[in-house]
Amino acid sequence: MSQSYDRGLVEDFGRWRDFSAGMWAWVFHKFTGWVLIGYLFTHIAVLSTATVSPDMYTNTLQGLEELLLVRFLEVGLLAVAVFHILNGVRLLFVDLGVGLGAQDKSFYASVVLTGAIVVASVPTFLAGAL
Amino acid sequence: MAEHYSSFERKGTGWLLQRLTAVFLVGVLAFHFMLLHFVNHAAEITFMGTQARMGQVGYFATMWLFLVTATFHGVNGVYNALVNQGLSGTQQRVARAGLALAALALVAQGTYVALAMNGFL
Repeated sequence: MSQSYDRGLVEDFGRWRDFSAGMWAWVFHKFTGWVLIGYLFTHIAVLSTATVSPDMYTNTLQGLEELLLVRFLEVGLLAVAVFHILNGVRLLFVDLGVGLGAQDKSFYASVVLTGAIVVASVPTFLAGAL
Repeated sequence: MAEHYSSFERKGTGWLLQRLTAVFLVGVLAFHFMLLHFVNHAAEITFMGTQARMGQVGYFATMWLFLVTATFHGVNGVYNALVNQGLSGTQQRVARAGLALAALALVAQGTYVALAMNGFL
């Protein structure tokens, strides 16, 4: 068992040059988490148009989807969600103590797989907007 | 061998619920994205289509559980992040109360929206 010691505040972003794969995984997981909870509040706010009238709901959603910026933001949201899911699965394994020796490789795999899924999804997300 | 290090207590209901909701959300978030971007396209969403989906008891229940678990997981995640940043004492209690209120408001509004979507309201 290794000796524990006071390593100071873990969340010291001033030390980013010293970050290892696990630390980057933690930073990205936290960042994507903040984005997702922010989006959840926004999402419910937009969907609240359903409480006004069916037409307002349909027009609001379709009006937003006509904007190219929104389509790109959705691609960004997909990237954020996919990474958070994949790294979340990785974290569940870490919590169970499974594959700790390969936790850095599993982080790299999460990043690569996120990139591949996002790139493959771009045509679907931009369809009809270009 | 990698050293396990965490700055918050590895016990208690908060810790366990964060993991349990994570397991549920992994599947449901992926399902939600697939259904509303790849099976159906977001640009073609109409109130009628939404109402047809939300009219199914199983789908409605899944989406409502999605709302509740995502709210808990997200808000508790933010709280954990603030505690990790060193929040303590009165500030911690104020943050906890504020986040709990925000979570309750989100679930209440989300439930209201869901009931409007399935035609109940």
